[in-house]
Amino acid sequence: MSAYIIPIIFLIVLLASFLRRREPYGGFIDGARSAVDLTINVFPYLLAVMVAVEAFRVSGASAYLSDALAPLLNKAGLPKELAELMFLRPVSGAGSLAVLDGIYTNYGADSYIGRCASVIYGSSETVFYISTIYFSQSRVRRLRYAIPVALVATYTGCIVGCFMLRFF
Amino acid sequence: MPPPKNVKFFDGQKRNNSIYSLSAAISNCAIALIQYTMAIIWFIMLAVSLGLMLFTDPAAAVNSMITGAHSAVELSLNLLALYAFWLGFFSLIEKLGLSRALERLLRPVISRLFPSCDAETRKFITMNVSANLLGLGNAATPMAINAINRMDDGSGRASTDMIMLTVISATSLQILPTTVIGMRATAGSVNPADFLFPSLIATVLSTFIGIVGVKLCAKIFDRKKREPRKKQSRAARKRSRAKKAAA
Repeated sequence: MSAYIIPIIFLIVLLASFLRRREPYGGFIDGARSAVDLTINVFPYLLAVMVAVEAFRVSGASAYLSDALAPLLNKAGLPKELAELMFLRPVSGAGSLAVLDGIYTNYGADSYIGRCASVIYGSSETVFYISTIYFSQSRVRRLRYAIPVALVATYTGCIVGCFMLRFF
Repeated sequence: MPPPKNVKFFDGQKRNNSIYSLSAAISNCAIALIQYTMAIIWFIMLAVSLGLMLFTDPAAAVNSMITGAHSAVELSLNLLALYAFWLGFFSLIEKLGLSRALERLLRPVISRLFPSCDAETRKFITMNVSANLLGLGNAATPMAINAINRMDDGSGRASTDMIMLTVISATSLQILPTTVIGMRATAGSVNPADFLFPSLIATVLSTFIGIVGVKLCAKIFDRKKREPRKKQSRAARKRSRAKKAAA
């Protein structure tokens, strides 16, 4: 079922922009061009994080962390390999992207761990980053309950989403 | 010593800050700490793993870090392909005017969620939410910054509406997790989009819990502030009624 969703959306958008004479070809190229800047901006962060993540994994520190968090994750019904991802997701987009990439290469994108990681990354946001950047230009310094509420909501959503994976 | 008038904030900008005090300085530091969380985590991760490897396998230290750099280059190239593809597609959506239609659709919901905002602020919020729904986080952020600046009353304290906006964005609204779909396709998945439905459930649920949580916290923490205001308004009403009667 879900295999049809994206191709159908694509076809509708493509046909609509053709019929309404919005020049789909030129529009696509304009959008694709802006991707170059985006990638160049992200690259140094990605590199810094991936150097640290790889060292963390090879040194065995990553295994210690996931073993330490395993009982907590098990209670929530999540595999312990996801500890690092859950930990980095609210903090850094580049960092969690690096971990997600590692999970796909180590366990496979179609494994339960890989699918679980997809749900966690796809359904959440960088809570800390968003909360600081939104208030960065204002004089507001006390965010009060914004971050705790967002974190609780995000993790609850992740747990339920991974649980739903068993039925789809 | 009188408090300094122009205070240099953690982001390097100088602002005329008349409410500067010790508590403002402390919360300023707290925000700076949050902003540098990743820097701290990065430092700890590297320091711990280098320390461990000194004892276990010193030769692996440099190798592992360079492997990491290599995979960063590889991932960036993959990401360039993904971003180019999806951003190209999204520019088609934008040219069709779909984001404007979405904004029109969202307006009644936004005015219910943000009761004490003026119309202009609500417009920024609506634009932010619709950009987030389409997964255009980069376009959404400036709108949110504008909205927060407009709501800023100078008290240094986030209002319920500001927190609501932050929590709604931070619990993720993205309907189509494009990056994940692309990365799974690159990793050789049979059906890269087969996690869409559970992911959608997770997103909707987390945003719902976030909204309910903010409303609940507002009821718990803002009660003290609200009651005196109510009394005042009641007194004001009495006064106006008395005036009317007198007239």
